[in-house]
Amino acid sequence: MEWALFLIFALVAAVAAAGMVLQRSPIYSALCLILALFAQGGLYVLLHAELIAAVHIFVYAGAIMVLFLFVIMLLDLRPESHPPVQFNRVGVLAGFVLAGALLVELALGVGPRIILGPRGPYDLETLRMVGNTQAVGRVLFGEYLIPFELTSVILLAAMVGAMVLAKRRLE
Amino acid sequence: MMDFLVATVLKIALVMGLVLLAVAYLTWLERKVIGDIQVRYGPSRVGRFGLLQPIADGIKLMFKEDIVPANADRLIFCLAPAISIIPALIVFAVIPFGPSFVITDVNVGLLYVFAVTSLGVYGIVLAGWASNSKYALLGGLRSSAQMVSYELSLGLSVVGVVMMAGSLSLVDIVEAQKGSWYGILPRWNVIPQFLGFVIFLVSSNAELNRAPFDLPEAETELVAGFHTEYSSMKFALFFMAEYANMIGASAMATTLFLGGWQGPLLPPVFWFVLKVFCFLFLFMWLRATVPRFRYDQLMGFGWKVLLPLALVNVMFTAAALLMFA
Repeated sequence: MEWALFLIFALVAAVAAAGMVLQRSPIYSALCLILALFAQGGLYVLLHAELIAAVHIFVYAGAIMVLFLFVIMLLDLRPESHPPVQFNRVGVLAGFVLAGALLVELALGVGPRIILGPRGPYDLETLRMVGNTQAVGRVLFGEYLIPFELTSVILLAAMVGAMVLAKRRLE
Repeated sequence: MMDFLVATVLKIALVMGLVLLAVAYLTWLERKVIGDIQVRYGPSRVGRFGLLQPIADGIKLMFKEDIVPANADRLIFCLAPAISIIPALIVFAVIPFGPSFVITDVNVGLLYVFAVTSLGVYGIVLAGWASNSKYALLGGLRSSAQMVSYELSLGLSVVGVVMMAGSLSLVDIVEAQKGSWYGILPRWNVIPQFLGFVIFLVSSNAELNRAPFDLPEAETELVAGFHTEYSSMKFALFFMAEYANMIGASAMATTLFLGGWQGPLLPPVFWFVLKVFCFLFLFMWLRATVPRFRYDQLMGFGWKVLLPLALVNVMFTAAALLMFA
C-alpha cells in the first residue's frame, strides 16, 4: 500500500517537475510546479512528517505559488515564441558531465550518510508519543534556536531591502 | 482493515451528503433571510414557502447550455470549478461534529484546514485567467491579492487558540474547552480570545469573498468578476463552493471559539449544528446590511488594522499564558 502510494507520488512529482521545465506557457509551468509540490507533500505524509507536509502545502502551494500566478497574470506573460533551440555540442557535453557528477555525489556522499549515518532521537514510536508538531518545535526552538533566529533576521533584512528598492522610485 | 475502510467510507458519504444538502438549502435560506431583512418575500412560488426552489434551481442549471468562450484556455477553464469546490469539501474531513464523530483526527488538523482552504483561491484565479476576458481577469487578480492578504491575519488569529489548547488537533482543541468558569461561564475560547475571534470572523468573511468583501465579483464594476463567462453546472460549482466554504468557515469558528459540539442537555451534534447556523445567519446578516468596501480600504484594513491586532493578540496571549499557567 505504502509502496504503491510512494510510486504514484514520486512519478507525479517527477513528471510534473519535467513538465514545469518543458512547458512554453508560464501559467502551465506554474501549475506543473504546484502539482509537483503537492506530490512532494504526499511523500512527506508517507514519511510520517505530517507537520512538514501541511506547512509545505500551506506555504508553498497556498501562498508563494499564488503570488507567482498573480505576477504572471499581472504582467500578462504570453507563451514564449522562440525559434527551435539550437544545441551547442560543448554545452550538451558539459551538461551531461555535470549531471553525472551530481548523481555520483548523491550516490556516494549524501545518500549513505543519510541512510546509514547516525540516527536522531526521534524514531516513529517516540514521535507518536511526543507528537509530530511538538517534536519539530522542540528541535527548532531548542537545538537550532540560533540558526532559526539568524534566518529570520536575514529574511527581515531582505524584506526591508525590497521595500527600499520599491519605494525609491516613488520619490 | 476492511471494517475500517467501510466505516470511513460510510462516514464520508454521510458527511458529504449532508454538507451538499445544506449547501442547496443554504441558498434558499439566504434568499429568505435577506428577503426578510429587506422587507420582501424571497422565493415563495416553488413548493410551500419556496422550499423546492433549490431543486428547481438545480434542474435549471443542469439543463442550461454549457458555454466555453472561443478564446478561452479550454483545459484550465474546465478545471477551475473543480479546483474551487474540492478544497471546500475536503475541509470537513477533520472537523469534529460530535464526541466521537469525526472522519479523521489528524494531529495537525488545524494546519490541514488552512493548507486546504488556501488552495481554494486557485479555482478563482485560474477561472479569471482562463476566461480570456478582462472583467474575469481583474476579478481573479483582486481575489488573489485579497485572499493572500487576509490569510495572514486569519492564520495569526487562531495562534492564541492553539497556544491555549497546546495542540493543532481539532479534537484536542474542542476537548480543551470543556467545563466552565465559576460554574456558569462555559470555558469557550471566545471569552479569553475575543479579539482573536473577531479577527477570525472578519478575515474569514474576506476569505469567503462575500459582502462586504465581495470585490472579486463586484457587479457594478466587474460584471460578475471571475465567473462572468461561466454558465450551467460549471457556474453552479463555483456557487456551491462559496456556500460550502461558508459552512466550513462557520464550522471552524464553532470548533475553535465556541467549544465545538459542547453544550448542556441536548445531544452534541445538535449543539454543533445550532452554533454553525448562528454563524451562517451572521454571514447573511452582514451581506444584507454592510455596504461593499472600496479596494484600497480593503487592503489597508487587512494590512494596517487586522494584521497588527492579530500580532498583539498573539503577544498578549503568550504573555498571559507564561504568567498564569
